[in-house]
Amino acid sequence: MLDETKTGLDTVEGGPQLSGKSTDSSGGKMDDPDGHPSVIALLSQFGDAVSGHRVFAGTQHVVWIDSACNLEILRWLREQQDHQYDMISDITAVDYGAGRPIEVVYQLFSTVYKRALRVRCKLPLDGLEIDSIVELWSAANWLEREVYDLFGVTFRKHPDLRRILMPHDYEEGHPLRKDFPLRGRFSRAEQTRRALDQSVEHSYIAEEMDLGRDPQQATPIIGTKDGDE
Amino acid sequence: MSKRTVEFNVGRNPEMGIDGSVVDSPILPFDIPEPDLDTENMLINIGPQHPATHGVLRLVCELDGETVKRVIPHIGYLHSSFEKLGEYRTWNQVVPLTDRMDYLAPLIYNCAYVMTVEKLMGIEVTERCKVVRVICMEMDRIFSHLLWLGTTAIDVGAFTPFLYAFQERERIYQLHEAFTGARITTSATRVGGMMADLPEGWTDGLQDFLDTFPDTLEEIDRLLTRNQIHIGRSQGIGAISAEDAINSGFTGANLRACGVDYDVRKDQPYYDYETYDFEIPVGQHGDCYDRYLCRMEEMRQSVSLLRQALERLPGGPIDVEDPNISLPSKTDCMSDMESMIHHFKLITDGIPAPEGDCYMPIEGSKGELGMYIVAEEGGTKPVRWRIRPPSLVNLSVLPKLAEEHLVSDLIMINASLDIVLGEIDR
Repeated sequence: MLDETKTGLDTVEGGPQLSGKSTDSSGGKMDDPDGHPSVIALLSQFGDAVSGHRVFAGTQHVVWIDSACNLEILRWLREQQDHQYDMISDITAVDYGAGRPIEVVYQLFSTVYKRALRVRCKLPLDGLEIDSIVELWSAANWLEREVYDLFGVTFRKHPDLRRILMPHDYEEGHPLRKDFPLRGRFSRAEQTRRALDQSVEHSYIAEEMDLGRDPQQATPIIGTKDGDE
Repeated sequence: MSKRTVEFNVGRNPEMGIDGSVVDSPILPFDIPEPDLDTENMLINIGPQHPATHGVLRLVCELDGETVKRVIPHIGYLHSSFEKLGEYRTWNQVVPLTDRMDYLAPLIYNCAYVMTVEKLMGIEVTERCKVVRVICMEMDRIFSHLLWLGTTAIDVGAFTPFLYAFQERERIYQLHEAFTGARITTSATRVGGMMADLPEGWTDGLQDFLDTFPDTLEEIDRLLTRNQIHIGRSQGIGAISAEDAINSGFTGANLRACGVDYDVRKDQPYYDYETYDFEIPVGQHGDCYDRYLCRMEEMRQSVSLLRQALERLPGGPIDVEDPNISLPSKTDCMSDMESMIHHFKLITDGIPAPEGDCYMPIEGSKGELGMYIVAEEGGTKPVRWRIRPPSLVNLSVLPKLAEEHLVSDLIMINASLDIVLGEIDR
């Protein structure tokens, strides 16, 4: 796997090494859907849009769906009387690296039936766009922002899609992608230079700057770099 | 919750009545008509270092006078990209990263991570290990709730509960240290077992804590539960309905305070939690006061759980007896060829995982703590390691809760959510 001439830091910069053994975790495979009523119902209702189903770790059912109808299928799962997945535990994404599609993962739970289901959508690297599901669960708001921040997946119709963990004007890319080096794209010196270069206004987003703006004056009335109030 | 009926006007300003008896005069807000002034909203920045923000959290507020019109939270000041770092580490090397996320309940995070890895690999840990992990998790639930209790009380002006709570926390710190060698960065778990078995006499120390801690808890209860200032600051503040709470992702005590009895220990049980006898406290109003009551009761339930766990703590090995998962003893390693090879392979290669992904929720002290792991066939490192951070999702509701409340209430609401920024930012 590793090139023997490389020293420790080279592998750190090169990103995680892939074993190269598996290429696709779903591979269009269909495990036995028995034992999970929602999977059976999904297959009969949206047969064409469900591209794979696997059972991992013994009891965990994972369904791959077409990314074009994620909103429709998730809405159906949430509102159907027999399923009622009223809680979205988690939204995240997985990058397998090596040019493979990034997968968005929805982890659903029904507090009524005490059932969990994982739904995954593949997004090709040249089309990292998917519908936002904030209109179904407001919990999705920050979770989708995090996926956008760290993976660069754009959520259509998201009410407030901006970076969340990284600074709002971060320019180095999306850190959790496999092609992002562990220590960032810029050198330490460049990172320090940029940090020192910032003025106070940099820590406010445009929306907030509008609030702090005196309508009579053109300049915002917040403290400036020289420290006057 | 039955404790709700508290008289609000408990003798704050006793006055002399007509017949000479003492009459309680209630404190009522003055009814002054609002002057019609030409005002504009203010932009106020709280944090990222203010102690009342409970960490490096920054809240940018739009205020109309003292009323909060809008809150925009900014997080990420502690971002260390633990998830990315985890992708460069073997399964066991990830463990030290987990307790640095929630430094208020490190053992819960240690346990949650290895439980997920074990679930993915299909490893069944020993009975003793299960009970020891339950002890670890319940102990840290008390540990975390005590910090929340102390700091929240300080936020509403009560200083004494903070001292009481931190005195008790210190005893758990000592238990941590006796078991793991560290006070906060415990790193106590390994895939297939624990770093070490409980040291001799440790359970006596825990028993000693359990004997006296409930008394201290009752003292704090007496200081706060019927305290007029505390009630005035928390009842009806930051209330949310059960339906909204589920929809916006609330979990843990915050959700249960709204009347939803969702607890991962009951709903998706792990480690035989279904065989323990404990109750899930549920509130009615979903406000700060009910969250307080829920957490207080959870600590009492955790004491009961710890007593039950100590009672049933079985003997036997703590690590699984599979040389491909658990490290051999140092003596074996030095004297037995085969053990040395296993040791070498485990340290250099790590444990191979099957292909697949695994999401495992557990009931952390802050809410539903989920770990999500994606592995490749034979991979000794995670392809993706994701923490479902309960504090992050709970904090995302803050703007909705704080709307139209006063700035001082915003501080109380933020405190009542029980967030830890290390885990929000990761």
